[in-house]
Amino acid sequence: MHAHDSAHCRPTAGREILDHMNTDDHVIEVTDLRRVYGGGFEAVRGISFAVGRGELFALLGTNGAGKTSTVELLEGLARPTAGRVRVLGHDPYAERGLVRPRIGVMLQEGGFPSELTVGEAVRMWAGCTSGSRPTGEALELVGLGHRARVRIKQLSGGEKRRLDLALALLGRPDVLFLDEPTTGLDAEGRVETWELVRALRASGTTVLLTTHYLEEAESLADRLAIMHAGQLAASGTPAEVTAAQPSQITFQLPEGYHLGDLPPLGALGVTAHETEGRTVKLRTDVLQQAATQLLLWARDAGVELRGLDVRSASLEEAFLRIARDVKQEARDAREAGDKEKVA
Amino acid sequence: MSAATTTTTTTTGSATTAAGRLAALGKAELTLLGRSKGMLVTAIVIPLVLPLSVQQTLKGDMLEKAGLTMGTALLTAGIGFAMLFAVYSALVNIYVARREELVLKRLRTGELRDREILAGTALPAALIGLAQCVVVAVACTALVGLEAPRAPHLAVLGVLLGTVLMVALGAVTAAFSRTAESAQVSSLPLMFVSMIGSGMTVPLEVFPDRLASVLELLPLSPAMRLVRGGWTGELSAYEALGAAATAVAWVLLAVFAVQRWFRWEPRR
Repeated sequence: MHAHDSAHCRPTAGREILDHMNTDDHVIEVTDLRRVYGGGFEAVRGISFAVGRGELFALLGTNGAGKTSTVELLEGLARPTAGRVRVLGHDPYAERGLVRPRIGVMLQEGGFPSELTVGEAVRMWAGCTSGSRPTGEALELVGLGHRARVRIKQLSGGEKRRLDLALALLGRPDVLFLDEPTTGLDAEGRVETWELVRALRASGTTVLLTTHYLEEAESLADRLAIMHAGQLAASGTPAEVTAAQPSQITFQLPEGYHLGDLPPLGALGVTAHETEGRTVKLRTDVLQQAATQLLLWARDAGVELRGLDVRSASLEEAFLRIARDVKQEARDAREAGDKEKVA
Repeated sequence: MSAATTTTTTTTGSATTAAGRLAALGKAELTLLGRSKGMLVTAIVIPLVLPLSVQQTLKGDMLEKAGLTMGTALLTAGIGFAMLFAVYSALVNIYVARREELVLKRLRTGELRDREILAGTALPAALIGLAQCVVVAVACTALVGLEAPRAPHLAVLGVLLGTVLMVALGAVTAAFSRTAESAQVSSLPLMFVSMIGSGMTVPLEVFPDRLASVLELLPLSPAMRLVRGGWTGELSAYEALGAAATAVAWVLLAVFAVQRWFRWEPRR
């Protein structure tokens, strides 16, 4: 398989967001953030982005992309190796006391003593939370009202996630951090959580959520960033990120025909192509024009394009291509480095 | 209905205080302690039973040489066991269990400060330890004729310093224990050393002078010395100050070690 690419996304996209938004309205500001673990592993490699008041921002990425490492810095659980984080105008690590009463956190893997009941855990947490909701109200929010007397060890995985969410919402936070809130939930639970998150956003809560479910980011987020290998590979509204990716036409080349028999690809508006056996994959930024020209050619030539598939770019396509591009760049960089060593 | 609702809203609508947060966490920990049979035995039964075994081994001449009565010897042993089992050993287990269950990490995302998390988690164990000390003193007075303390303030100082030190050392030991199972082993060294070398089961007077003065520097030794001196009244102000200073030095060292090495989440 071979690919020619012209559209690359650069990890500087976050900067642009910083520039075109009013800084006073930023609830979360991240500048050149780095996090290196004790063993030398660089999980976060210089990322910048900003989240405005009342906005729902999704950090999207594969497992190991650095999402949780980033969110933990925003939550003030660790000090960044380099760079700057501001949440509600304060350093979430050094000024913990100012930030914590106004944020709610749901960790990717929350921990609760398994021998406490649900109600006991919420009451304990309420005693440590300024302006706490009543226990019953918090549990009703996440649909656990009837489980208050049950020991936590008897909850299902999904119920534990919802208890975690209840605790994050306990203090009516201005900013909510949700690290993979729907992982482990069934389809129904996921939809319920989405509705709750939408309602919170509608009431003015700023939400930063991480997810590896593309449809979750696409349907919830005002803006999103795709994270890969510790960097932001793309960011913007879901529509912007998708639009930055080329659309695609796939078909089987009829027997006896070669790629050269098609009209010149440049004239079709094709920016890149791949062939694998008889399957041809064309990428284009002008989908309608390219598809029309191709179909007219097929009609005039009297051939049938089997397996014809014409599709606009999707977030999924964008996501997969970014992952592949970054991998390719890393390989190129490594090869360049090897050559230097030889020289 | 409406009245109750209003009250709830006003009381829960305020900002939290350190005392309130400690109380909330301590209450939850007390509930957990009450639900763990193993922890209850360690914290309540063992410290009250072990001193009886000391009574069998302590010989009259040993007590005479140390200038002790059976009452003061049993009292010192009982208070030492309360510190080691009800406070230290129990807390090593609790800290490790809460860390491995990711409870500590979750707590750190809230308004509790780090030291409040450690203190609040330790609250029930520390209070049980203090209650055990009172029970031991009352039992020794009633059963083996322990006389009234001559310098009670020294005994109280010793118990308080000892309790704080056991909490801090419990956190240090937890930092070096990867699992609940290894916590059982990693807490043994301090327990053995203290039982033998801190004047709990064997009066330090039976050791050669030079060795005895080294043993006086062990973590639990100053607390034991203050408790014993509080009852016998034979501790000079200078000696009492020295013991208190040694205990404080251990507390500072332990607090430093906690800040340096304590882990809030499991190793990956």
